[in-house]
Amino acid sequence: MAPETYPTVTDADEPVDVHSPVAEHAVELATARKDILRIATAGSVDDGKSTLIGRLLYDSKAIFEDQYEAVARASKGDHVDLALLTDGLRAEREQGITIDVAYRYFATPRRTFILADTPGHVQYTRNMVTGASTADLAIVLVDARKGMVEQSRRHAFLASLLRVPHLVVAVNKMDLVDWSEGVFEAIADEFSAFAAKLSVPDLTVVPISALHGDNVVTHSANTPWYEGPTLLHHLEHVHVASDRNLTDARFPVQYVIRPQTEEHHDYRGYAGTVASGVFRVGDEVMVQPSGLPTTIVGIDGPRGPVDEAFPPMAVTLRLADDLDVSRGDLVSKPENAPTATQDLDALVCWMTDEPLRPRQRITVKHTTRTARAMVKELAYRLDVNTLHRDREATELGLNDIGRVRLRVTQPLFVDDYTRNRVTGRFILVDEATNATVGAGMLTPAG
Amino acid sequence: MSIPDYRLSQLETLEAESIHVIREVAAELERPVLLFSGGKDSIVMLELARKAFAPARIPFPVMHVDTGLNFPDVLEFRDKRVAELGVQLIVASVPEAMAKGLVKEEPNGSRNRIQTPVLLDAVEQHGFTALFGGARRDEDKARAKERVFSFRDEFGQWDPKNQRPELWDLYNGRIHLGESIRVFPLSNWTELDIWQYILREQIAIPPLYLAQEREVVERQGMLYAVNEFIRPRDGEQPFRATVRYRTVGDANLTAAVRSEATTVEEVIAEIAVTRMTERGATRGDDKVSDAAMEDRKKEGYF
Repeated sequence: MAPETYPTVTDADEPVDVHSPVAEHAVELATARKDILRIATAGSVDDGKSTLIGRLLYDSKAIFEDQYEAVARASKGDHVDLALLTDGLRAEREQGITIDVAYRYFATPRRTFILADTPGHVQYTRNMVTGASTADLAIVLVDARKGMVEQSRRHAFLASLLRVPHLVVAVNKMDLVDWSEGVFEAIADEFSAFAAKLSVPDLTVVPISALHGDNVVTHSANTPWYEGPTLLHHLEHVHVASDRNLTDARFPVQYVIRPQTEEHHDYRGYAGTVASGVFRVGDEVMVQPSGLPTTIVGIDGPRGPVDEAFPPMAVTLRLADDLDVSRGDLVSKPENAPTATQDLDALVCWMTDEPLRPRQRITVKHTTRTARAMVKELAYRLDVNTLHRDREATELGLNDIGRVRLRVTQPLFVDDYTRNRVTGRFILVDEATNATVGAGMLTPAG
Repeated sequence: MSIPDYRLSQLETLEAESIHVIREVAAELERPVLLFSGGKDSIVMLELARKAFAPARIPFPVMHVDTGLNFPDVLEFRDKRVAELGVQLIVASVPEAMAKGLVKEEPNGSRNRIQTPVLLDAVEQHGFTALFGGARRDEDKARAKERVFSFRDEFGQWDPKNQRPELWDLYNGRIHLGESIRVFPLSNWTELDIWQYILREQIAIPPLYLAQEREVVERQGMLYAVNEFIRPRDGEQPFRATVRYRTVGDANLTAAVRSEATTVEEVIAEIAVTRMTERGATRGDDKVSDAAMEDRKKEGYF
């Protein structure tokens, strides 16, 4: 271990003037009401993904002086290598690989961003699926010199499989194709044609140079023919509020709150996170599996009672009747309830070396309900490059995606993933090792 | 509620996500414990735990790994907060462990590494299966790759190459006997989010976080307030300066920064314009090597 040394802090002698106009402005920007955009990026080693992320972090001022100085010192050549800002663990540097999804944070006055940075090669599908699972938007990087390659198709396919609502194709290294509008248009057209097959609801293509910063934060003088937004402008303004399902009220009960104190003697509340839809005090609701109707008499939020709750609020519902409700039950509306079923038809992404095979026993975690299951059937394995369905397949290996039928020991309350990203998803857990071995997205039977 | 478009702000979203995580642990794991040091992150985490189960009490104890090098203000704050909430406080004491020969003082005086065996010993004694920690992913590159539910083997070790995939908000808390899960409800919060939340929710914090005139000495370019653990060395000339602490670690190693921020609003102003990461600016213990955090986490550190 190296001897202990302390860093030299250059600005420690100069306290920030907290009453200066700059500080007041900074407070105004920092405390303005914002929302969160969750981004997944995917790319291979050489397409400039790390440089792009470094650029976004640096240009949005998410990088601090000491981090930047460390990177500047470590850079070889005459420019600061922004890719080093996303440098990983020593275990990775020693082996020259990227192990895992890394999460990065940056903010502008309009939005805060959570970026899941997924490596391109090792464990590629598993990482991309993990990163995309929570994403509002996916960025696929394409090297302008190479155009759309197999991996770009895979990125786009996985983003669409996970129903990421917004896809951005960043055509990078435009400086190396002399800022050619023709090259850019050809890639954009090819991608649009491919995306149309995938039901990608929103596709944006941006010509950039991550290395030089063109069209990342500010418009580039090198692309006068490009009239679209810069990458950051698009990230700041893309409309995500309507991506949520506010139609189908779904509330998986997570935890039952019973204070059993003198002050709250009769309090009995059902805590959970609203999966979709809107719940209001006075609403008639139904609780599955019992199917019994009741009425919401109160909703308690983090700051006390509220009139209504919507996703992703974490609240506690109080119900009029003294029903037997416990974790894993689901509150919905009598006229619009999810399907209660023990048969799950799903696209499964398999994430472990030991393959998935019919007759295998496995644990399913779906919303707040966990149940044992058996693999009844593997309908087909999907080739993520050609989208070909191999119906002869007898197993799913690591990073394979296939259509699977599971029989569960108790009913789950489900919707199709395309309609409801919360009640349409589940994970698979190995019964012996307890490892998370798969991710499932429910699809209509047939 | 005056949100006609059914949108949550970033703070409300982070709050909801954290409460979801805390409830999930209470529902699925048998013996959770929340690590509470009296530092700002663990204060926010404890407040989120309170909200998660209100009006009931927090259904698990809190634990402090006491290095014996605490700022007295922080200990006082810790005891007051625990009493207000009516939760049980477990103190795992490093000095006691040293007296028993379980761990030895390191030559540089840092008890950062030796607190790990003390933590693991307490976990084993009490049979804890889930430990809530207040770490955030924006703090360090090793943390950036850690899960919200971070699986640890029977030695409390983190294996970055063998982490469970974490999809959506479906957390896998299944473990065998002796294994445990470290849970980080604040994973997606940034330093600025923490301060904004403290302001918004009017959460009490120890006075050390706010600027005050204190007697300090300068060491390797950093300012250390003179206290029972920091005595002026030969050649060091103590002087008075208006300083505050951005992080609160061990009193013998945590430096203060010059600051005029005497209120939480002013702290936010300072952070919003400042250009130095909090650990880089004030924590001697992270600067041992570039991979210091990675090494400590593999040994079972938080």
